[in-house]
Amino acid sequence: MSQQITNVLLVGVGGQGILLASEILSEAAMLAGFDVKKSEIHGMSQRGGSVVSHVRYGTEVFSPIVPEGEGDILFGFELMETARSLPLLKPGGTVVANDLQISPPSVLMGQETYPEGLAERIKAQFSDFLLIDGQHMATEAGNVRAANTVLLGAVSKRLSIPEEYWLKALEKMVPSKALEVNRRSFQMGREL
Amino acid sequence: MKEILSGNEAIARGAYEAGCLVACAYPGTPSTEILENTIRYKEINSSWAPNEKVALEVAIGASFGGGRALCTMKHVGVNVAADPLFTLSYTGVRGGLVLVAADDPEMHSSQNEQDSRNYARFAKVPMLEPSDSQECKEFTRLAFELSEKYDTPFMLRSSTRISHGKSVVELGERVTGLPLPKLEKNPAKLVMLPGNARVRHPLVEQNLVNLSKAAATMPLNRMELRETSIGIITAGICYQYVREVLPNASTLKLGMVHPLPHDLIREFAAKVDKLYVIEELDPFIEDQVKAMGIAATGKEIISLCGELTPGRLRTAFGLPQPAGIQVDAMPGRPPNMCPGCPHRGVFFTLNQLKAYVTGDIGCYTLGFMPPLSAMDTCVCMGASIGMATGVTKVVSAEEKKKVVAVIGDSTFLHTGINGLMDMVYNNAPATVIILDNSITAMTGRQDNPASGHTLMNDPTNAINIPLLCKALGVKNIRVINPFDLEETKRVISEEMDRPEPSVIITNKPCVLIKREEIFQKGPVYAVDAEKCTGCRACLKIGCPAIEWRPAGDGSKKGKAAIDPLLCTGCDVCRQLCKFDAIGSVK
Repeated sequence: MSQQITNVLLVGVGGQGILLASEILSEAAMLAGFDVKKSEIHGMSQRGGSVVSHVRYGTEVFSPIVPEGEGDILFGFELMETARSLPLLKPGGTVVANDLQISPPSVLMGQETYPEGLAERIKAQFSDFLLIDGQHMATEAGNVRAANTVLLGAVSKRLSIPEEYWLKALEKMVPSKALEVNRRSFQMGREL
Repeated sequence: MKEILSGNEAIARGAYEAGCLVACAYPGTPSTEILENTIRYKEINSSWAPNEKVALEVAIGASFGGGRALCTMKHVGVNVAADPLFTLSYTGVRGGLVLVAADDPEMHSSQNEQDSRNYARFAKVPMLEPSDSQECKEFTRLAFELSEKYDTPFMLRSSTRISHGKSVVELGERVTGLPLPKLEKNPAKLVMLPGNARVRHPLVEQNLVNLSKAAATMPLNRMELRETSIGIITAGICYQYVREVLPNASTLKLGMVHPLPHDLIREFAAKVDKLYVIEELDPFIEDQVKAMGIAATGKEIISLCGELTPGRLRTAFGLPQPAGIQVDAMPGRPPNMCPGCPHRGVFFTLNQLKAYVTGDIGCYTLGFMPPLSAMDTCVCMGASIGMATGVTKVVSAEEKKKVVAVIGDSTFLHTGINGLMDMVYNNAPATVIILDNSITAMTGRQDNPASGHTLMNDPTNAINIPLLCKALGVKNIRVINPFDLEETKRVISEEMDRPEPSVIITNKPCVLIKREEIFQKGPVYAVDAEKCTGCRACLKIGCPAIEWRPAGDGSKKGKAAIDPLLCTGCDVCRQLCKFDAIGSVK
């Protein structure tokens, strides 16, 4: 049954816009005719804590959370959160990550250090690993806040949802004044 | 038309389609978004109540007036609303009444993981349990219809994964032709004096027997026969995990978890070789199945604690787990108070004063976290003040001075007022700090009776908290600016020393409030690297906008820096710097 399901995990830090990205992905999958389920935790985790959003689509989806170790794509908005969530991914899975570090409280206070060489460590375990400077590319596209959309574009190339549905989903979910920048950012991501 | 809806959005939609006229709640994760979505339907009068008991009483009144009414709360909210609930089952309803209880297995955002199904049985109220968003909508509609048909309130049990999970929903139309609400007296049914209640109780018991029989043929209870070597009775989100992990097993999917359809359970048990009951938290279904004399396996393999996941279910059935990779331990990322949060300086001060802090439920519960580390107890909504009174009854005169209760504005209005009445009445020498940030922040900035706006965003009367405290008889009431550390420390220590009840109210708003007349970001601050000696004093407030930058030479030296995107200019860090290294950017 689960062979027909695509399992996507979106991870990062509360406040980074992970929920919006997972809504766009879910909407695109539904428009493409798939059954879709998604799950994440609101509440305490919004205050700058770790956030994991699960999106699953296919012919018929039962569990809204990705079974442990069956993730097909890990979509990381922040490096340490990406590394932390690797156990959710299947061996040989795909990692698309933003090259961004956000220090947690213990690092801000100088009690611990942010782990070094995370990108290299991820690359050593997952050969299908794309590291993107989302902030830089979104700035080029016209607005640093569209960084998530650059990443979403890159993820979209690795999923079985036709481009037209992604664009429709963007149109529905992104405020109209930000739509052009987001379309450009999405295309830049698709070209990676 | 199809839409992707969260369980909460779908419950709101179901209420709309059912012709619901009134929706009332107190916010609580994971239930909050239901009322934030009923406001999308102008036909529903949606409002926040000060607490869950009042919310249910408002819904009861709407039902008695002849309208369909929805009341929603998190699992622990049912504890607060339990008093009216247990008698509402006796009176029954006029307009349909649905009470949504959203459980939080795994305690993602709660202080306990009580199982609301026990309330259904205890209060003798039937309960439906949806397993995805489509069922959230359908079951809500159905619950309203059954509520009127059987003359009883209905409960709908959700959980975090159902309420906050999203799935595809086919939308329907709002029903029409429901009777118009109007006053109608029926004291024998609605006045629960002993004489009347004695008449009503047998009817309640008979109703549950009738429902149990009828439930055997209701489509929401569904026998799905596949391979019959294993049969699984399950409900809610657990059904999805069972289908995911054991796709070939036969299932009896229960949409009504109270009362149970005994005939259907017997029929299913007879068709399968080995029977399991798969449910999160308590063995609610399992115990009843076993009491029917049917052998079943449940809590022997499924934990009483936490939520179920596909992986945990695999382990329970001895199935192989996919080999996920291992990763090294990394610094954790716990939630934190926001930059500019008005609570931060208060907890910093309480830590300095070595206060014994009885805490409460809200963002400020994060005052427990290091480096602030200034909360010593937290039990339930409104408990801080009663606990403070209780502590002062047993400790020495010197230790009494250390006792401080902290409570937010919304929590104070929820159930803190009674605690303060007791403190004044019985003259307990503790200090209460009301952290008034003008909003119910933790659940996502909901308005409350002191915020000046309704759920529908209309301006309204605002409770004046200092005047309320005065009316309760508090003689010592001080209002302070929590961003002024000198004032905060002076006033708190004066009131701690005072051998009688006192209340301190902070007056700065939550930084997340979007109304500009209430909160505006000030000029941001920066660290002058020339003056910074690396003493780390500013790190003691745990502000996410302040970062320690190591010198990079392997020594413990370094300097502080402020992230201009995060800083709100609250000024607290500047007051901690003895070297004048922090100032606003001109």
